[in-house]
Amino acid sequence: MNPQGGPRVLMDSSQIGRTIRRMAHEILEHNQGTKNLCLVGILQGGALLSQRIGAVIESIEGVAPPMGTLDITLYRDDLAIRAAPPFLRESDIPFSIDDSRIVLVDDVLYTGRTVRCALDFLMDLGRPSSVQLAVLIDRGHRELPIRADIVGKSIPTSRQEKVRVLLEDNNESVTLVRMSS
Amino acid sequence: MNLSLPVHTLEKKHLLSISDLSVPEIEGIFKTADSFLDLSSRSVRKVPSLRGKIIVNLFYEPSTRTRTSFEIAGKRLSADVINITTTQSSVVKGESLLDTVRTIEALGADGIVIRHSASGVPQWIAKQVGCHVINAGDGLREHPTQALLDLFTIQKRKKKLSGLTVAIVGDVLHSRVARSNIIAMQMMGMNVRVVGPPTLIPKEARKWGLEVFHTLREGLDQADVIMLLRLQLERQASGYIPSIEEYSRLFGLSPEKLSWAAPDAIVLHPGPVNRGIEIQGEEMFADRSAVLDQVHHGVAIRMAILYLLMAGGRPEEDNRAPA
Repeated sequence: MNPQGGPRVLMDSSQIGRTIRRMAHEILEHNQGTKNLCLVGILQGGALLSQRIGAVIESIEGVAPPMGTLDITLYRDDLAIRAAPPFLRESDIPFSIDDSRIVLVDDVLYTGRTVRCALDFLMDLGRPSSVQLAVLIDRGHRELPIRADIVGKSIPTSRQEKVRVLLEDNNESVTLVRMSS
Repeated sequence: MNLSLPVHTLEKKHLLSISDLSVPEIEGIFKTADSFLDLSSRSVRKVPSLRGKIIVNLFYEPSTRTRTSFEIAGKRLSADVINITTTQSSVVKGESLLDTVRTIEALGADGIVIRHSASGVPQWIAKQVGCHVINAGDGLREHPTQALLDLFTIQKRKKKLSGLTVAIVGDVLHSRVARSNIIAMQMMGMNVRVVGPPTLIPKEARKWGLEVFHTLREGLDQADVIMLLRLQLERQASGYIPSIEEYSRLFGLSPEKLSWAAPDAIVLHPGPVNRGIEIQGEEMFADRSAVLDQVHHGVAIRMAILYLLMAGGRPEEDNRAPA
């Protein structure tokens, strides 16, 4: 704990591992197995997380659900108020999403605007039978009527803070960083 | 600018010349175009990024594929695209170019895609208006989106650009496609050759660092990429070539002549093709021809350019002419 506002570690590697395993179990419970189940990670943060969840699902059920990634930049509502739009990363959905049960995966749920983009993107790709949302961290401050179905950990934050999720090999942590105002 | 920082955006207002771009910017454009390629196989073939923006295609020269390609690109980004071709506009009533572009801007255009027979017109227009200007071919000077889509096509087929040998065959002297491609290819580390009769090769070619060949057999030897240029049929009347038939015999590509190049060489042509002149028997080497890929990739490249230039905030709102 650092009352002066330095980075505060919210989850370490073993806590993240346990949480991801629990999230995978919840996804399987919600969907009663892996039938028509697909995981779609929102770039950047959701891609690694969806792979981790997918690996756990495979170890439990013996089959890996189809996995994809979305770059939601083209659907952002703040493009016109930003200086220059970024280069795109390739969205990769290598399966038909029609009639599938999609679990959208992102690392942090904040305003809900990213999820709105991802939903619009998915609807342009086809007609899934359902879409659920799984996030590692729910930090509050929603600006749209969106909630997660599966939450790793809910953390009360202030808007002056930033939640940093690292899921690299040998470098896993969730930290709360206070931004200098 | 700090060069050690990775480039994430194209911080440009206009695309006037290929030499305005850096290598990381070209790579970023390709990455962006990649994610637009899948769009044609989706159920909804549109994205909302340019919703509410107006793009005007202002073409002072005939064009089917470039204009259509820009139109499709703009529409897939949800922009409203308006085509102005000079035969139907006030230009035939004698309106000046400046009056035309100022009017278009006052009507609310966010971007002007211009093709003009005079070199330098896009640069000049960019100084006169507050909206984005994209060069769709100016005179003998440049055609930057064509160069980008050509390189993108080569990279897709060959999985690399650097180190490849490309032979540009034909009327290099009058070709803005060749000029833009030569700049971009040298930037990307390719070896560029120009091949054609001496009358159609610019005198400065060697000074630009190009290898010059006047026979097709030498020019194609070991080439990985063959880029054929369109022969304007009026070149014969202007005395640049003795006859179309002779040009075709010496510099037209046929399945037999293709065998002089590297075994996996690919063939590009910016279109429209004069069949029987620049290419004979293309059906015999359809797997080596990338001409239809070029058309397909052209839409993705133009989407990338329109998105990267125009999806951000409106440029210089204050400078716009009052509506």
